[in-house]
Amino acid sequence: MQLYEHTAAELSRMLQSREVSSVEVVRSFLERIDQVDSYLKAFITQTPVTALDTAGEIDSGRMRGENLHPLAGVPVAIKDNISTMDLRTTCASRILENYIPPFDATAAAAVKRAGMPILGKTNLDEFAMGSSTENSAFFPTRNPWDPQRVPGGSSGGSAVAVAAGMAPLALGSDTGGSIRQPASLCGVTGLRPTYGRVSRYGLVAFASSLDQIGTVSLNAFDCALLLNLVAGHDPLDSTSLPGAVPDYTAGLEPGTKGLRVGVISYSSTEGFDPEVTETVQKAAALLEEHGAEVGEVSLSLTDYGLSAYYLIAPSEASSNLGRYDGIRYGYSAAGDNIETMFSRTRGEGFGPEVKRRVMIGTYALSAGYYDAYYLKAMQVRTLIRREYEKAFKKFDLLLGAASPTPAFKIGEKIGDPLQMYLSDVCNITDSLAGVPSLAVPGGFHSSGLPLGLQLTARPLQEQLLLKTARFFEAYRGQVSLRPGLEFIEKGGGSSAV
Amino acid sequence: MQYEVVIGLEIHVELMTASKLFCGCSTTFGGEPNSNCCPVCLGLPGSLPVFNRRAVELAVTAALALNSEVQLRSRFDRKNYFYPDLPKAYQISQYDQPLGRGGYLEVELTGGKRRVNLERVHLEEEAGKLVHAGDSIIGAGHSMADYNRAGIPLLEIVTAPELHSGQEARTFLEDLRSLLLYSGASDCKMEEGSLRCDANISLRPEGSSKLGTRAEVKNMNSFRSVELALDYEVRRQEQVLSEGGTVVQETCHWDEAKKQTITLRGKEGSSDYRYFPEPDLLPLVLEKTFVENLAHQLPELPATRRERLQEQYGLEKEEALLLTSNRELGDFFEAAAKQYPGYRHLANWIQGDLLYQLRESGKRLNEIEPGLLVDLLLRLDEGRINRPVAKELLAEMVQSGIDPKEAIKERGLEQITGRDNLLPVIEEVIANNPEAVDNYRQGKKKALAFLVGRVMAATEGRADPAELNRLLQEKI
Amino acid sequence: MPVDFGKEVDYVAHLARLSLEPEEKECLAGQLSEILETARRIQELDTAGVEPTSHVTELPAVLRDDSVRPSLPLNRALQNVPQREKSFVKVPRITASELEQD
Repeated sequence: MQLYEHTAAELSRMLQSREVSSVEVVRSFLERIDQVDSYLKAFITQTPVTALDTAGEIDSGRMRGENLHPLAGVPVAIKDNISTMDLRTTCASRILENYIPPFDATAAAAVKRAGMPILGKTNLDEFAMGSSTENSAFFPTRNPWDPQRVPGGSSGGSAVAVAAGMAPLALGSDTGGSIRQPASLCGVTGLRPTYGRVSRYGLVAFASSLDQIGTVSLNAFDCALLLNLVAGHDPLDSTSLPGAVPDYTAGLEPGTKGLRVGVISYSSTEGFDPEVTETVQKAAALLEEHGAEVGEVSLSLTDYGLSAYYLIAPSEASSNLGRYDGIRYGYSAAGDNIETMFSRTRGEGFGPEVKRRVMIGTYALSAGYYDAYYLKAMQVRTLIRREYEKAFKKFDLLLGAASPTPAFKIGEKIGDPLQMYLSDVCNITDSLAGVPSLAVPGGFHSSGLPLGLQLTARPLQEQLLLKTARFFEAYRGQVSLRPGLEFIEKGGGSSAV
Repeated sequence: MQYEVVIGLEIHVELMTASKLFCGCSTTFGGEPNSNCCPVCLGLPGSLPVFNRRAVELAVTAALALNSEVQLRSRFDRKNYFYPDLPKAYQISQYDQPLGRGGYLEVELTGGKRRVNLERVHLEEEAGKLVHAGDSIIGAGHSMADYNRAGIPLLEIVTAPELHSGQEARTFLEDLRSLLLYSGASDCKMEEGSLRCDANISLRPEGSSKLGTRAEVKNMNSFRSVELALDYEVRRQEQVLSEGGTVVQETCHWDEAKKQTITLRGKEGSSDYRYFPEPDLLPLVLEKTFVENLAHQLPELPATRRERLQEQYGLEKEEALLLTSNRELGDFFEAAAKQYPGYRHLANWIQGDLLYQLRESGKRLNEIEPGLLVDLLLRLDEGRINRPVAKELLAEMVQSGIDPKEAIKERGLEQITGRDNLLPVIEEVIANNPEAVDNYRQGKKKALAFLVGRVMAATEGRADPAELNRLLQEKI
Repeated sequence: MPVDFGKEVDYVAHLARLSLEPEEKECLAGQLSEILETARRIQELDTAGVEPTSHVTELPAVLRDDSVRPSLPLNRALQNVPQREKSFVKVPRITASELEQD
């Protein structure tokens, strides 16, 4: 077994017992990246030199007997919309292609403080707007289970990095499913924590009231390790939640007795793959078999939620992206007056999906439309929160699919924004409600593609999500969750699409 | 036709905090461009705002001083527009849930004291500053941005359209400035831009209740220019109307050099700011006790103090007005008045010589010890020094911080009085100036002044002038 | 009433400061009309008297102390600036109609 095939927890243990050095671990991942990433394209920027430097420092520290963080020496990949000091942070956009932040995001700083070597910055849909990572201005990322297919998005790069053994852990961001949907499509575990649990400081804003940094990992325990590191109040983010952070790795023994689980029944399952629904039913049955009280919960507002989301998120985005005007940083077009210069900079610097959302958002906030679109959507958001509150009176946990379909083909939905938006339908209402939500592998489609389950709990109940995910892991058996990647060995090269 | 002038003001004042509204950068004026900047005030991607408690306290204090109803819950919104001095392309401001609703200021205007109502008082962030290559903005090849100012806390105060001339607007502003200085919220330096004023101005036929079409006047950089600009705009609109034309809604700039307003843009250029609640900031919720504590700490405000000074010290209205024009001056007067009963005499010395010397020397009032002025005045009253010496000593006291008491003793500046002390000098001057004595005796009164001057010179200015006059006349 | 975004494209693009090619405009007009048409479904819901949710966190704002913290060194603050002029950030010409935006 290669080092890159291990979980973060295993690597942590091996490092602490000095079975391996961090330099060896990092080398293994770097070799794996060399081997597969020219094909999969998970990374926008790779940082092998600094990763090895950090690893070397950690190894010397360990030799000196320094008290190190459990994740010290365990490498990590970071989505390229999380600011990293002196390391290009592009958001997969032309407009930030050469932008180098002079500061670290709080989550990035935490990773560095713990001594985790950073392997690089991962690909995403431009400014995290998308569900397939095809909206990256640089290149699409491929799904390691089938190179003709998308990895999901927007954290597609992070999901692929973990799924293909290029990183044991990755940070991502989730606005309307951007961690959970790609995790589901790539067969890995992805957590969107409670809104405010992880500081957003340094996360390049897409839709501020929805954005949340989260984790991508091979399993729930690894997720807990990384969450321990990044969760907590940050004085630099006034929307981050106060209060102590529990040890998420504690109390994860699978236990489902008496757990009240609501299986989500959607008002419409149009567009759902029947095998997805089947997988959810099987998972529910498994829970019931192990002592959980399983019932049905109807989230009747899901479709409205999707509409509300596609007004709220673009509205906030239209404002958040105003700052890219070519004056202080980023791409700058020529223009002999400010209006021309601004418009050209933005017209040339943003890709089509960003322009679409900026246009929708600008329109929804503009005089005469605010009440009918933006305000109405915010009211619908309140109704959705109420629906969740009601559901959580009856249930401790909601169970559903993390994506209505397995990974779809590259190019399949890119020309039809509405179809693309529908691929987030399972994820969006959790985001609107601000509750924690986790995607865990749930099985395989007959096509061989992974399918994900989505678990949702009350605010700050991340532990319950992790514990339940552990339950599914325990009953998963010996099924390999690693994609074969035979196509690469067969000389897939770069002509697969 | 007679027209009534209707003016509403929109005032911005920078609050006196050490750090900016949403980040820890210094608010110090001047300095190297862009040296007081961080990811937050530069609007770098991923940066987030965090409220400065002091800014909230000062805003609430100012709102209380302005009799505005402080809202225990208020909200911050984004005002979206593109401009190179606005790093995030939105200003964090308050829209429909401002910190203070309503309010008023009692102002002494033509026709007596009047209450000028306010619509709102709210907190927002300052933008950066643009410097233009060449003499003027228009036509400059390019501009340069300095974001040191970006993010400084700004209080916006909006009046009802209840002012009726440039003079009234100026008086209101001066009173507002003094009130804000008293409350300690702002240093209100118009020349440094920490107090700025825009005006909406329209004309309507006398007796009509419907507001006319307004023009918005900007770029008025002193109290005087507010008055001049508004008076100019009144004349301009009067002319348009009297020629049968209509006033177009527009924004104009006051051109200080040309002493006229210049149209910037018409209504069609007006913006759609797309306000919406700032998702990065939770609502501002104030404890009732927080507001009550600030209300208790509110100092006596100028209007109240003015009346009290008149009553307590028997001052004239004009004197009280001057002494309350800023808080320090009133404090100085009252500190000195505790030790000196000649209140009006004291007031005269303060508003005359003391203020003159402060202006001349560039010294600040808080560098002067009130007790020293009292010592000086007491010695003058007792006749131990004369008035010219007192004036000289005051000047030195302000400029180089001497103790007048000590100086009188050390330099022997005490007044020379008494027949025995003065007569020998007088007789010597008479003997040495026979021509002047003759002239005086032939009726040339001017000659007496000459002789007085000679005696003063011989006594280094210390002779008691009244006694000297009497003795000199007696001798010749 | 179907949403016709075609008429709005120019105005919205101007508000958003986006220069668009003619074919982009055409494409956007179609797509945005469709997206907004779908979004309009929320009109079916009765939201009379429902408070809008602008933050899911129901906590008051946190206030920090008024203490000065170090700013970025000048070269760090300006490291990404496309066009510098000494320690200023260079800005294109401002025309008379652009003189005051706020």
